Amino acid sequence: MSELTLTVMRLGFLAVLWLFVIVAVQVIRSDLFGTRVTQRGSRRQEARPQQQQARQAAAPPQQRGQQSAGGGRQRRGAPTKLVVSEGTLTGTTVALQGQTITLGRAHDSTIVLDDDYASSRHARIYPDRDGQWIVEDLGSTNGTYLDRTRLTTATPIPLGAPIRIGKTVIELRK
Amino acid sequence: MSVVTNTTTIGAIEAPSRRNTELALLAFAVVIPVFAYLNVGLAIDGKVPAGMAGYGLGLALLAGVAHLVVRKWAPYSDPLLLPLATLLNGMGLVLIWRLDQSPRLIAKSINDFGSFSPDAPKQMMYSAIGIAMFVGVLLLLKDHRVLQRYTYISMVVALVLLLLPLVPGLGSPVFGAKIWINIAGFSIQPGEFAKIVLAVFFSGYLMVKRDALALASRRFMGLYLPRGRDLGPILTIWAVSLLILIFENDLGTSLLFFGMFVIMLYVATERTSWIVMGLLMSIAGAVGVASFAGHVQARVDAWADPFACADTVNACDQMTQVLMSFGSGGILGTGLGQGNSDLIGFAANSDFIFATVGEELGLTGVMVFLLLYGLIVERGVRTALAARDPFGKLLAMGLSGAFALQIFVVAGGVMGLIPLTGMTMPFLAYGGSSVIANWALVGILIRISDTARRPAPAPAPSPDAEMTQVVRP
Repeated sequence: MSELTLTVMRLGFLAVLWLFVIVAVQVIRSDLFGTRVTQRGSRRQEARPQQQQARQAAAPPQQRGQQSAGGGRQRRGAPTKLVVSEGTLTGTTVALQGQTITLGRAHDSTIVLDDDYASSRHARIYPDRDGQWIVEDLGSTNGTYLDRTRLTTATPIPLGAPIRIGKTVIELRK
Repeated sequence: MSVVTNTTTIGAIEAPSRRNTELALLAFAVVIPVFAYLNVGLAIDGKVPAGMAGYGLGLALLAGVAHLVVRKWAPYSDPLLLPLATLLNGMGLVLIWRLDQSPRLIAKSINDFGSFSPDAPKQMMYSAIGIAMFVGVLLLLKDHRVLQRYTYISMVVALVLLLLPLVPGLGSPVFGAKIWINIAGFSIQPGEFAKIVLAVFFSGYLMVKRDALALASRRFMGLYLPRGRDLGPILTIWAVSLLILIFENDLGTSLLFFGMFVIMLYVATERTSWIVMGLLMSIAGAVGVASFAGHVQARVDAWADPFACADTVNACDQMTQVLMSFGSGGILGTGLGQGNSDLIGFAANSDFIFATVGEELGLTGVMVFLLLYGLIVERGVRTALAARDPFGKLLAMGLSGAFALQIFVVAGGVMGLIPLTGMTMPFLAYGGSSVIANWALVGILIRISDTARRPAPAPAPSPDAEMTQVVRP
């Protein structure tokens, strides 16, 4: 083999190795899960889960009209993620996609609380028809607190208000 | 329904499964070793090597099987772990095959053992067993939280695995370190498997005990000092790792286990004091043992000044050859198949395989390999961050921490940063136990990442949802 061929192969091989690393890093970049920068508008609508669209379609036309009138404002203020801000799970985020989020010590909860003051099925957070997020205590022993008040009924969650379960605090953020 | 404006937003969408990305990367990861194989063949013999199609197809077959299993049984798992591991395994095969071609090593083997048998086919078989292990983990372990039940059984199994090499008749000292056992003609390194089992035990144990370890503490000079009685676990692990160091003469294994425990303790309790204490204890232990254990002492001498004892002690001679390999590689390397790293002699394709990378691919290639390992660790830590249950978090963190620590110990040892230890580069080095155990480790990480990235289940239809009275403030 000529010296030139081997040199070209040597450098080519190093280039290919680096190319692999660069491609892998690109995959990570676009793979930061849960988030993607999207143009606000129709594309985002497509990305929403089917379930929610079906539910909106089922809503009475009057209400839908109201929603679209105030849609712009509502969407801007709507929370997109649930963040654990205190407790052992601090930093955990769950993307809000119209699903019900269950909290508790049970292993099948969306957020498994490892907290001595939490019940197996402690509380759930779900959107109502208007897309307003609601927190409901599921008959827990030690209670769920929104700000300082103990929940007795299903209550809408203001953006950024702390929901306290034992030592864990969660909040909704944009 | 929404007003179309020009603002962009960071919105949440369903995490795509990204299996096609994995497939594309996997194809890339199979092509690179085939290219390397061709390169070695052309450099050594001047013609296309005969076994190229065989190795290429073999690797592609293994990668394909692993990919299909992941696609079926862990569809939401991380797309990078499998291609990265495949590339490292494939490059390991090529480097081992390249050292098999060395006339020096063949002559040395015939001189020492009377015969020579190439290691690359054996490593290919171990890789196949490794992939089988990976598939087995994904098929049998449907939910990693099941492992939580076996916390204390894991502890017993890990201790048995660690102590097996000391059983007379079973353990066999190889090159000073007693970390091997012989069963039915096969040498097995139980420590590699103990790594995974111990991670399971530590996660289960720390998940339950971390509150006691984190909260009950006094503050002293900016550090939270734990209570005396909470020091029990760390002292026990420290003692066990010192026993391994003394009786098995293996610095690497003992460092790995103690380090893994300290990392997991820190992650579980968020107390920096554990790291400080762990570092102090490992330094004290290592210095203490090195002062009276001859084998460890020899390794330290070979590290401190290998050129002084190169003519008399074999370990020093190897170390000088390794340093020379890295040095003659320079920035761009000599090219695959054109270096002289076979001068290292014994263990050139296992403990010292990184020197071949350093010589033939240069600093540029060494950086790539370190980055590939770094990416595996990064994906592991990312999995730990994304996991929603504390056990999965700790397990993913422990496994990737142990992986990272092993890379540091081996690469640091080979490059002369720390004294050399008897551990192997995961996936790259020749050795069945290492390849099989590390494929199992990647399998567990993929299982955890699948659970972590799986989109939350669809909202359960709740019959009373319509009836609930909503009180608006």
